Parts: sequence; C-alpha cells; structure tokens
Amino acid sequence: MVITNAKYIKDVVTNENYAVSATIDGQGYNIPMDTGNRHYAEIIKQVADGTITIAEAD
Amino acid sequence: MSKVKIEGHGTGTGTFTVTTPSSNTDRTITLPDSTGTILDNTSTLDATKLSGNLPAISAASLTNVPKDTTVGGKKNMIINGAMQIDQRATSKTGVTSSGYHTLDRWNLDNSGLGTFTMSRSADAPSGFYSSLKMDCTTAYGSAGGDDFNAIHQDLESYDGVSLGYGTSDAKSLTVSFWVKCSQTGTLQFNLVHYASSTRQISATYTINTANTWEKKTITFAGDTSQASDNDNSKGLVFEWFLASGTGRTSGGSPQTSWGAYALNKRNAGSTISIGDSTSDTWQITGVQAEIGSTATDFEHRSFGEELALCQRYFQILQDNAGYFAGNAVGSNRIDTGIPLAVPLRATPSFAANGYITHRSGNANSSTNQATVGSYNANSTTLKIRFGGHSVTDEVAYVISIASEDLLIDSEL
Repeated sequence: MVITNAKYIKDVVTNENYAVSATIDGQGYNIPMDTGNRHYAEIIKQVADGTITIAEAD
Repeated sequence: MSKVKIEGHGTGTGTFTVTTPSSNTDRTITLPDSTGTILDNTSTLDATKLSGNLPAISAASLTNVPKDTTVGGKKNMIINGAMQIDQRATSKTGVTSSGYHTLDRWNLDNSGLGTFTMSRSADAPSGFYSSLKMDCTTAYGSAGGDDFNAIHQDLESYDGVSLGYGTSDAKSLTVSFWVKCSQTGTLQFNLVHYASSTRQISATYTINTANTWEKKTITFAGDTSQASDNDNSKGLVFEWFLASGTGRTSGGSPQTSWGAYALNKRNAGSTISIGDSTSDTWQITGVQAEIGSTATDFEHRSFGEELALCQRYFQILQDNAGYFAGNAVGSNRIDTGIPLAVPLRATPSFAANGYITHRSGNANSSTNQATVGSYNANSTTLKIRFGGHSVTDEVAYVISIASEDLLIDSEL
C-alpha cells in the first residue's frame, strides 16, 4: 500500500486519538486504530519501518 | 457344431463339482466368445475389464468414498469465483495502483507496471457469465526491480483451518480456473500461507492458445510444517502474477514445494508479462480451491449467497437509504447505529469519497466525517460517529447518508 497524509483523529470528548485519516493507493479513508483493520495494520508497519509518520490531530 | 471340453488340471488333486440349483425351469448359460477367467469375489475389476456405460448407482450405496473427492457442500474456498459480485464498480479505467477496484474480494497489487482497465467482463467460457478482465491501456517501459503486478484473493484464516496444515495429515489443495490471455507462454501462480511465519508454494500454468478460454488445474501438497491461525486474519493468499521486475524473478525458478517465503522466486517461472504492451489482456473466472487432489466441477452458489459472503468484507450504505436515530455527543458529533447485511470481518475503514450526513433540523455535516464508534464481530449493527455537525450535547437527532454512498471496508 502507498500511504500518504496520515493524520490522527482526536475524540473531542476524551481528547484522545481514536482513528487515523490517510490516503491509501490514492483513496482517502478514515481508519480505526485496530490492528485487525488492514489499513491500520499497514500504517503501523510503515511507521515502524520509518516509511511514514502520522501527523498529530488538528 | 462346437465341441465342449472339460479338462482337469495336470497337478491339482481337488475335485471340482458343477452343481445345479433346485429348479423346474430350464436355464442356459452362454459363455463369452473370448479367452479369460470367470470373476469371483476375490477378483479385481479394473478399468480394462469395463466398457460401455455403468448403470446408475445410488450415492446411498457408496461406502468408503474418500473425503477429498466429496462432490457436495461448500467445497469452494474462493469467494466470488464466478466473478458475479461487483459492489464497488463494474469497470474502472486508468488503474495504476493497488486495491479492490471492481469485483469483490479480488485485489490488484500494482506498483505502476502499466495502466489497466479492470472490469467485470461478459466474456466468459460456457457455464459462466462474467470474468475479471485486465486490459492494458498504457504499457510500462521497463520494470523496476521491486515493481510487480498481480491479482490475488486473500482467504481469512478461519476458512483455511480445515486443511489441517501443520500436521502430518495436512490435506492437498486443488485450484482450478479458466483463463484467457492475449499472449501464449507461462505465468506463475503462488499459494502463500500467512500464520506464525510466511510460507509459499508455487506452480506455473501455460497459455497454449492466445485469446482462447483454457481451464487450468494446479494441485498443491499440504503444508505439514506450519499450522494455520484460527482467527480473522489473512491466511492463505491465492496469487496470479502478471508481471514483475527482477526482484521477484532473480530466484531463477518457482518454489514448487512448501518453504519459507522467497520474494525472489515469486514470479520466477513466468515467461510472459502482462502490461508491457497495449495489446495485453488477461481474464480469469471459474476459480475454485478445494480440498483434495481432484478438480471437481465448479460450485455455482446463488447470487444471494455469494453477495452475503462478499459483504463480510465490504458493504455499502446507500446514499439516502433512510434515516437513523442518533444522539449528540459533545457539540459536533452524532453517534448512531446502522444496520449491516452481515457481521463484518473486522473493524472497518470508511472510504472518504465525499459523503455527508444530513440531520434533523435540516443541516449537513462537513464531508467524510464517519469513524467507527464500536465494532462487534457477531453483530449486524455498527455504531458510527458522524462528526462535522453543530449540535447540542445529549439531544436526539436523526441522520441520513447523503451526496455519496458510505463505503464500509473490512477487507483483508
């Protein structure tokens, strides 16, 4: 997967990150922070590999 | 007239007696006009002693039928093998990237080796009505070392445990499919086993005649060395390579017995490449993977069954499908539950395709604001957080999806 523009989404009530928005292979997604989700699993793999970083939420 | 001769054996001492039944009716037994031996219950009856059509035999009369040739039940592990279900799109042009572009469960890995129209084509062999078609519209010039292009379907680990991998009783798996290609030559197929480690076994198939439907069958031995996971993760991957750079060919030859994942052998057996000419097409349908060493007839499932199987991995909540009750949480979010066709495999992603939510009070959200609230593996409802609204905390609202469909992606 080619992942760009990864950014956390913050819960405005708890003020904690709970999802990630990213563009994957040209398609935008809102992605849950669950390793069973293929998109999130690949994001954390690429973060661990140093390929991408996840920007802080707005 | 012919003569009748009864002759004793030259060395035996036993007495052979021909007896008659107790009957008042005359009977005549006609001997065959050939030399041979009369069969009894210790004789073998192989295929050379049979000719003509066998009489109908009730399945109830058969015993000791090997399990790996069972012809009933859900034998096909492949979902959407007849290429019927295309929730996302029937056709997509200008495909240069990876992803599930058209037919459900069929994923393209493409790192830029050519531009394709990927479609559900009505061109199919007898007995089928659709095929997956890759039609190259812009050829690639030269492949970078790590570039590759492959079609694959990933099997959920739950659905592979019946193969008994990791034991001495690991079962063989037979993959059969119809393929039509614009070039003659050899292409590689890989079976990749994801569990505690990644292992693979490979084979090649030959396109004998260009632009002609041909049925191919490949049988792989069971993987006795690694047990499958028993969960919702990626298990077996069925992978048809179309093209690659040297990074996936430098191993010299395909790995034809189970072994550790070998990237440089993943396309080592292909002699042709699909995507280096705008004349290139490759089509596939009737894909079946079944336990055993025999390829039986394709298992046609009903459209509804096939759709439901696909919806475990991808569903669409249609634009303007209806209103759903929700509750405001904070000042800019409405939480609601939506119905699912079937329980999803895993917590889904939502494609940011420009949908909005319209709420009671006649106001719209900003675009692409859905995120999962909570997921349950056995539930046919999904709690979703719809952000981007201006609302009053703890007030009830009803909302609907508007502008675009909500695409719910739980694929492997």
